[in-house]
Amino acid sequence: MNTSNNVLMEVNNLKVHFNIKSDNAWPWEKGHALKAVDGVDLTIYEGETLGVVGESGCGKSTLARALLRLVPITDGSVVWLGQDLRDLDKKQMRSKRQELQMIFQDPLASLDPRMTVGDIIAEPLKTFRPELLKEDVKAEVRSIMDRVGLLPNVINRYPHEFSGGQCQRIGIARALILKPKLVVCDEPVSALDVSIQAQVVNLLKELQAEMGLSLVFIAHDLSVVKHISDRVLVMYLGNAVELASKKSLYDNPQHPYTKALLSAVPVPDPRVERGKKIQLLLGDLPSPINPPSGCVFRTRCPHANESCAQKKPALQALSNEHQAACSRLAEIA
Amino acid sequence: MTISTTQNLLEVSNLRVNFKTPDGFVTAVNDLNFTLEQGQTLGIVGESGSGKSQTAFALMGLLAGNGVIEGEARFEGKNILALNEREMNRIRSKEIAMIFQDPMTSLNPYMKVGKQLMEVLTLHKGMSKAEAFEASVKMLDAVKMPEARKRMNMYPHEFSGGMRQRVMIAMALLCQPKLLIADEPTTALDVTVQAQILTLLNELKDDFNTSIVMITHDLGVVAGLCDKVLVMYAGQTMEYGTAEDVFYRPTHPYTQGLLKAIPRLDANDEKLSTIAGNPPNLLHLPAGCPFQARCDCASDRCLESMPALQEFAPGQLRACHKSLDGSVA
Repeated sequence: MNTSNNVLMEVNNLKVHFNIKSDNAWPWEKGHALKAVDGVDLTIYEGETLGVVGESGCGKSTLARALLRLVPITDGSVVWLGQDLRDLDKKQMRSKRQELQMIFQDPLASLDPRMTVGDIIAEPLKTFRPELLKEDVKAEVRSIMDRVGLLPNVINRYPHEFSGGQCQRIGIARALILKPKLVVCDEPVSALDVSIQAQVVNLLKELQAEMGLSLVFIAHDLSVVKHISDRVLVMYLGNAVELASKKSLYDNPQHPYTKALLSAVPVPDPRVERGKKIQLLLGDLPSPINPPSGCVFRTRCPHANESCAQKKPALQALSNEHQAACSRLAEIA
Repeated sequence: MTISTTQNLLEVSNLRVNFKTPDGFVTAVNDLNFTLEQGQTLGIVGESGSGKSQTAFALMGLLAGNGVIEGEARFEGKNILALNEREMNRIRSKEIAMIFQDPMTSLNPYMKVGKQLMEVLTLHKGMSKAEAFEASVKMLDAVKMPEARKRMNMYPHEFSGGMRQRVMIAMALLCQPKLLIADEPTTALDVTVQAQILTLLNELKDDFNTSIVMITHDLGVVAGLCDKVLVMYAGQTMEYGTAEDVFYRPTHPYTQGLLKAIPRLDANDEKLSTIAGNPPNLLHLPAGCPFQARCDCASDRCLESMPALQEFAPGQLRACHKSLDGSVA
């Protein structure tokens, strides 16, 4: 991996809270804060892939959107190449978006059904570089289509004529035509079949190596994340619980939640699958409107004691490539 | 492939499901054959559009109005595909039960969970309301629902996804059916919840000796649960055998490709191997083998005729022109 130490983005204590008000509340009543992301710190380096995993409701998609300022940020900072994105006005932010692109989960829903493939892919180019000649735009579109594996003769077709995997290739072409530095992929392969998923994952890896992209790859499938990432962030109920290099995280998980999560992933091998011990988590995910005090995982953690309810543990460094947020790591190891 | 032993609970032979569409006939399931013994678990795997869910719907008599069934499915010797609605209603849920993929849309949002559960018992077993209530609570306990008694009075929207799926499983097991058809029961759930549900299914299988037809696209789920595996592609059976055979000694190029294309937690390879191309359009199936366009070993013969499903070793079947040593016959 061509990971360098050049920091692209630095996120400090990022919080995204949504104000939820019930329908029959009085106008003077205050709503509740839904803490979708509650204090996440992370750094994204040039050329790396940061995987973000967690179960539904853990805030991984909200985090993705917050990185690109697509949701209002409640607190904290998102520093992109030395500049806090929260300080930018609308116009400045818009021009920054050339460097920050996104690939969405639902391949068909993220494409305008009334635009042809060629128009969809060309749109970012027409928006940000209006001085380009028509022929140049067309040449660029053709070259990126070729790169993502779309045949040139489909340029005048509409999205509904394509399968899910093909639509995702169109989404990738649209995200990459401006040659961004960072691409946030929000569950880009979870809607695809296994054989198609492998094609798209390989394509993303190839393009990353070729263009020197940084990727933030969000997924609930831990096997896919293992495959594509250099570092992995594990989230639970709006909080980062573990951040480590891929190897360190998968070989030697530290946080009780990560351990349970990894043990639950089914492996396509009957002997391994039947012989392994699954650490079942008790109960359900608590509501993010009223999260547990202290460590948010304590209500389902097999190692929790009274001290866990007192103070929320922060990510602490265990080695230079491994951080975990648990106050009892030494005792449970 | 009619291997007749006395314990066969379900024998499906030459099952075909056609749909009449404005663009012509679509064959969703094409000549499907399998048998299931009491207490066994069969996994049907395939990608979207391979016909695995339609097989389940056909067996339960739940096909859409434009669906046409051919073939036979003998459940304890009786062809359930030939039954009329009344007769089928008596078997459904009592003898054969089904768990659906989406636990939210398969429960009635207007009815309390308890009422939905009790209905099954009052209808099929003729229980009184009080008896049915107690039996339902007991079953909710069996699927490890915390505070089962209290939850009988709640509506589906008050449950989480995993809880709803537990209600579905409890409902399916109320009459202790001999056969349980599970159509992607864990696809909508998170991995930790999936692990809970799969552990539960494994326990129930042992406790009640229920036979299960497990329909899924996740080979990891199949590996943990199933005795036999049937691999489908574009409505056809590609390979059939024991879980050990299919996972460790796959012989069909599609099965081999599929197993290699899955990213695995216990592997460290950098590049995933892929199956090139896209699944075929069922409306315009290519002549010959449906997998031929994506197959590395396709020959002229594969373009001309669909290979027959043949038993090449005891209990192991496959449909491919390629001979086992690698040469194309």
